[in-house]
Amino acid sequence: MSKAGLAQFQQVFIEESLEGLDTMESSLLALDQGGDGELVHTIFRAAHSIKGGAATFGFPEMSSFTHEAESLLDEVRSGKRAIDAAIIELLLRTVDCLRGMFARAQAGEALNDAVAEGLRSELAAAMGRGVPVAAVQARRDADQADAWTIHFRPHASMLAGGNEPLRLIRELVGLGKLQVTPLFDRLPAFGVLEPSECHLGWSIELTGPVKRADISGVFDWVEDECDLSIEAKHVVAEVAATPAPAAAPVADAGAARAQREASAESSSVRVSIDKIDGLINLVGELVITQSMLDTFREGDLDAARLAVLEQGLAQLARHTRELQESVMGIRMLPIASVFNRFPRMVRDISQKLGKQVKLELIGESTELDKTVLEKIGDPMVHLVRNAIDHGLETPDKRRAAGKGDTGTLTLHASHRGGNVVVEVSDDGAGLNRDAIVAKAIQRGIISSGEGMSDEAVAELIFQPGFSTAAVTTDLSGRGVGMDVVRRNVSDLGGTVTIRSTQGKGSVFTITLPLTLAIIDGLTAAVGEERYIVPLISIVESVQLKTDAVRSVAGGGELFRFRGEYLPVIRLHEAFACDHAVHAIDEGLMVVVEGDGSRVGLFVDGLIGQQQAVVKSLEANYRRVQGVSGATILADGSVALIVDIAGLVRMQGRRKAA
Amino acid sequence: MAKILAVDDSASMRGMVAFTLRNAGHDVSEAENGQLALDAAKGGNFDLVLADVNMPVMDGISMVRELRTLPAYKGVPILMLTTESHTDKKMEGKAAGATGWLVKPFDPEQLLATVKRVLG
Repeated sequence: MSKAGLAQFQQVFIEESLEGLDTMESSLLALDQGGDGELVHTIFRAAHSIKGGAATFGFPEMSSFTHEAESLLDEVRSGKRAIDAAIIELLLRTVDCLRGMFARAQAGEALNDAVAEGLRSELAAAMGRGVPVAAVQARRDADQADAWTIHFRPHASMLAGGNEPLRLIRELVGLGKLQVTPLFDRLPAFGVLEPSECHLGWSIELTGPVKRADISGVFDWVEDECDLSIEAKHVVAEVAATPAPAAAPVADAGAARAQREASAESSSVRVSIDKIDGLINLVGELVITQSMLDTFREGDLDAARLAVLEQGLAQLARHTRELQESVMGIRMLPIASVFNRFPRMVRDISQKLGKQVKLELIGESTELDKTVLEKIGDPMVHLVRNAIDHGLETPDKRRAAGKGDTGTLTLHASHRGGNVVVEVSDDGAGLNRDAIVAKAIQRGIISSGEGMSDEAVAELIFQPGFSTAAVTTDLSGRGVGMDVVRRNVSDLGGTVTIRSTQGKGSVFTITLPLTLAIIDGLTAAVGEERYIVPLISIVESVQLKTDAVRSVAGGGELFRFRGEYLPVIRLHEAFACDHAVHAIDEGLMVVVEGDGSRVGLFVDGLIGQQQAVVKSLEANYRRVQGVSGATILADGSVALIVDIAGLVRMQGRRKAA
Repeated sequence: MAKILAVDDSASMRGMVAFTLRNAGHDVSEAENGQLALDAAKGGNFDLVLADVNMPVMDGISMVRELRTLPAYKGVPILMLTTESHTDKKMEGKAAGATGWLVKPFDPEQLLATVKRVLG
């Protein structure tokens, strides 16, 4: 088989094994919660598949490692060993270790490490034995002779099992010169002969230098279905050791590596047959509509035909929209794959911190774009860590506050409008206003907390370098703060907000676009240019009187919006557009939010709302500050998509300069 | 060319087996577990069945046992794809009616050699 052929299944194997590890983990956790015995079978099957596949697809170290875990599971499965917390813990660590091995396999690195070696010993010790030093070498049946006599008499039932005596004898032909004598002695009378049964036997003389193992190998499937004797006529004293097979060719190792790298990058999506069928269906309808519209090439357009044409165009529009939705749907995966890593994490962290936490997962089937899904994991991990570390209290403190010992952490995903909303909420202590203000003053972020709204105080935690934990724990204090969470989410075109009530708990809300490939936006006119402002970042648009905008020292402009002074970014200045409106009362102020702060975007006017297919500017031109991409408008012209967070940062730098 | 049914719950294993056999010119059908394999077997006259042992819903050994009760599958070669650690599984499979086994891991050449062995 070609290398590409094998590599293709290697990738499938890695993907299915990672799924298998997820299954093992969730089943182990369910078992920890007192789940039933069927779970053990599920776990065993997953381990068994990984073991078998790993050996087949070229990962022998992984195979032998998994073999240890499988043996332990087999003992549990067959009732030889009772499963307890220690074994579950050990197997959970095995799952983690295997995940690491797969990551290294994809990166083309060595699979074994100290962790794997240590776990091997632990697994072996759990079964009450030492590590097998080396695989027991199969006993070589080196017995060799120049001539053999084989007596072969199949049992009557052999044919029913799919083994054909003739085939076995033919296999012997390949070994040497044969002389076959059939034995008819047990052949019944024709009247009682059962044709599906085997009644013949054979006496075979085999001449040639043949090893006994090669002969018994021919009969290995039928040992229990026949009477067999293999006798040597002339035994050869000693067999020269067969030379070790030459080392495998390494010439195309580079090619193999390139192949591996390519497959690691081109990740795949599993799509349900239903989705594909729906898509094929839609394409079918599109073809029908197209052929219907095609009839308008000829003949005059009278009123009656015009009505049909309009109907056809409406159909085309509908099918195009449905097709777009279906195609986007292919990239959509349930958020469950991200949620599923949390039960384990929450269990580990809460145990470490001596807290009791109940995790609730709601809306696991909510679907979102694969790319968004892959990148939302880290920010969520951080929020969950924070919630357990800083939000939820220890049982003592909870009792003192009149709450139950066990805190609740809820992950809730849902669709809201064109967005996906993920909430991470806890019923812990909530944000401590005084501690935050004190910290912010100490860090030089603010000079005083007086007059700040609770909302504004809560926003402080998103400031770079902010941390309220008195002692930096190894859980949350990993050098990433809430500012990184906010930046990661904003890179995905989303927002993070917090709502907190002291003593009652906090809710972090992540709002994400459904997909990165298409955004909902408002088309804004600036001079002769058109810009797309992402709808997700728009708060409101207002028409202002000229005196509502005030210049401040340093060249900036501010305007008052709902009791807050917001800086103005004139888009025509930011992007140097000609022929734009300069007078405030002739244009429009679009209040947008990005990177946690609000600004007014001054444009000539808004043209309308539209869905924009995002084309990468970076891939086609180069990275441009304040622009996240481009799209093609209905008239064929190009419009840039404004990157609000980038613009805000640009503005901040310009002011600082 | 033979009609072959490949049964394995692992998509990579099944894919590798099917790919190898198709490349060798065989007509291969695939099934994800023993139950689906039984359904497929009833519909098609397969010349050979290759089946994994450990599968959800219905394992390979039960599948062989069921398959052998069908008149059309008396005498049709059925090979178990098994791992070396389960020598007892080989015997269990044989007792259920399997023709023989192929020990995992195997490479495409070994697979083809074994298939050739049973198909002649």
